[in-house]
Amino acid sequence: SKTREAFTYQLDRLFLGRKEIDAELFDDLEELLITADLGVTTTRELLDHARRKVHRKELSDPESLKLALKDKIKSFIIDYQRDAELVMPESGPFVIMVVGVNGVGKTTTIGKIAHKFVKAGRSVMLVAGDTFRAAAVSQLQIWGERNGVHVVARADRADPSSVVYDAMDIAKAKNYDVVLVDTAGRLHTQTNLMEELKKIKRVMGKRLEGAPHEVMLVIDATTGQNGISQAKLFHEAVGITGITLTKLDGTAKGGIVANICREMKTPIRFIGVGEKMEDLRDFDPDEFIEALFESRLP
Amino acid sequence: MFENLTDRLEGVFRRLRGHGTLTEDNIQEAMREVRMALLEADVHFKVARDFVAGVTEKAIGREVAKSLSPGQQVIKIVHEELVALLGGNTEQLRLDGRQPVTIMMAGLQGSGKTTTSGKLAAMLKNKGRRPYLVPADIYRPAAIEQLQVLGDKLGVPVHPSTTDTRPVDICRQAMVAAAEKNYDTVIIDTAGRLHIDESLMSELKDIQEAVQLSEILFVADAMTGQDAVTVAEKFNHDLAITGVVLTKMEGDARGGAALSIKSVTGKPIKFVGMGEGLDALEVFHPDRTASRILGMGDVLTLIEKA
Ligand SMILES: Nc1nc2c(ncn2[C@@H]2O[C@H](COP(=O)(O)OP(=O)(O)OP(=O)(O)O)[C@@H](O)[C@H]2O)c(=O)[nH]1
Ligand SMILES: Nc1nc2c(ncn2[C@@H]2O[C@H](COP(=O)(O)OP(=O)(O)OP(=O)(O)O)[C@@H](O)[C@H]2O)c(=O)[nH]1
Ligand SMILES: [Mg+2]
Ligand SMILES: [Mg+2]
Repeated sequence: SKTREAFTYQLDRLFLGRKEIDAELFDDLEELLITADLGVTTTRELLDHARRKVHRKELSDPESLKLALKDKIKSFIIDYQRDAELVMPESGPFVIMVVGVNGVGKTTTIGKIAHKFVKAGRSVMLVAGDTFRAAAVSQLQIWGERNGVHVVARADRADPSSVVYDAMDIAKAKNYDVVLVDTAGRLHTQTNLMEELKKIKRVMGKRLEGAPHEVMLVIDATTGQNGISQAKLFHEAVGITGITLTKLDGTAKGGIVANICREMKTPIRFIGVGEKMEDLRDFDPDEFIEALFESRLP
Repeated sequence: MFENLTDRLEGVFRRLRGHGTLTEDNIQEAMREVRMALLEADVHFKVARDFVAGVTEKAIGREVAKSLSPGQQVIKIVHEELVALLGGNTEQLRLDGRQPVTIMMAGLQGSGKTTTSGKLAAMLKNKGRRPYLVPADIYRPAAIEQLQVLGDKLGVPVHPSTTDTRPVDICRQAMVAAAEKNYDTVIIDTAGRLHIDESLMSELKDIQEAVQLSEILFVADAMTGQDAVTVAEKFNHDLAITGVVLTKMEGDARGGAALSIKSVTGKPIKFVGMGEGLDALEVFHPDRTASRILGMGDVLTLIEKA
């Protein structure tokens, strides 16, 4: 969009008119990678990698340096990107459990994923597993109405595991294709709440063989280095199988997910680019990296 | 995951000769480590660079406690400067002047505006004030209900907003209602919005023109990375915010965004959110946040006493 362009300029500008790889270029690159939230360690590693290549004369001009960096970042993300597409089970409901810290966009993402499956002609059911936050159930119910799909919900403050217990039975009985389970936002450091999440997952598996088939971690693109800790602790608790990166319609680059993917080998399924039902895209690594290399005007 | 900054600094001084005093040479090297620590804590690239440059100048030749090692001396100086930058004394809300006073919450989506509105209402009510909660988010599904639920829980009245009324009109009507009913503090909860969404940003400017605002609090998530400066700068530019609330601080985020936001806006951080509960709002402590940004808790108390 126009507004966004006003805030950014292409990395190409950084390379424009530059004939040589010099210290200044490396400094600018450092700034660019750090401000994209790639983190100090990864940035240093990337630049060392590039410096070695320059030293070995494998790289001689800024243009090839840029390509080398993009390739390297892509290798962090794409090695494990082979199975980025969600694979539905042969029969029975496909259950997706959505988790993440507070306010990242879990409920909204569920509304968007539901829309995607409904459009593809699938029957979809939503489960209001957030019984804690004020009006969280109503929020999901509105998303259910927008999509014209059934929402399993109990009163606020109900035990989320028992909501999920019932929901799995309904899913089986009515043979829904896709079941999306919302959970309350929680910080990964809150042990008791992480235990609650484990229990929700256990109950799912007990009532429905193989469920959840996907445990999706939602990461907000504005997240900094804390994203690593989020991913690790959620993974330890419930075993993350996919990531959705939200709020990429802002100016944040979401660079932290490159580190997360690299460390956890978890594929990025979707990106969120707005608050509307249609604002969900499949993750495209090339597009993502291209955007990483776009930089804000000073 | 990260080595403690003290260890790293001690390492630097061990490698260097003449480690008895802070000289231009050894300071430079030590400051590289400090810069890394700041970046690891999500302090913005440029903010970290400027900070380090400023502190380096101040540190050279400075006299510090003899009982401290050079590494500890550097940390003491860095910590002091960090505290100074984050804002010396705790800043109170402006609640004097013509009543009712009005506080507007603003910020990105999901940062914690609605929850913080509830927390502020609880805090003010406990202080004997008569808060009035005004939901002015007509976009997010169930946003009005969310604030209503919080108000009910607290026994604080909530303005009966509807999604078919423009936010600026909601606010105008709420002011009339508040005056009639003798409420003394109006808290306006606005919808989350991106700083680059010009039409939604001007919606806030409209409210600002229509209603006399005493405080405009920018609510930011403590886990925010490098983008914090861009966002805070734009909100401050458009609205001239009066303060900042940093939410979700009870987790393990290092909270470098605090320094970034303070540096680019110059506005005080007034509160921190320490949980989802309505009592989990604390006044901001620059010293604690400084220690946290540097990734060190206990070491500092020792150094501070020296
Ligand atoms: N701009 C933008 N906003 C988004 C996106 N995804 C979600 N949001 C907004 O972010 C805010 C929080 O979204 P929710 O879906 O309620 O987040 P959540 O993770 O369910 O929050 P909790 O349940 O409270 O932890 C809402 O205002 C959403 O409209 C996105 O991709 N872009
Ligand atoms: N752990 C923790 N969670 C918080 C804190 N403050 C708010 N939250 C949670 O963060 C999530 C988002 O909070 P909201 O108050 O809905 O955020 P908002 O800014 O009003 O969101 P939008 O209206 O969608 O822009 C909710 O799950 C809150 O319970 C805090 O200090 N700590
Ligand atoms: Mg939710
Ligand atoms: Mg809100």
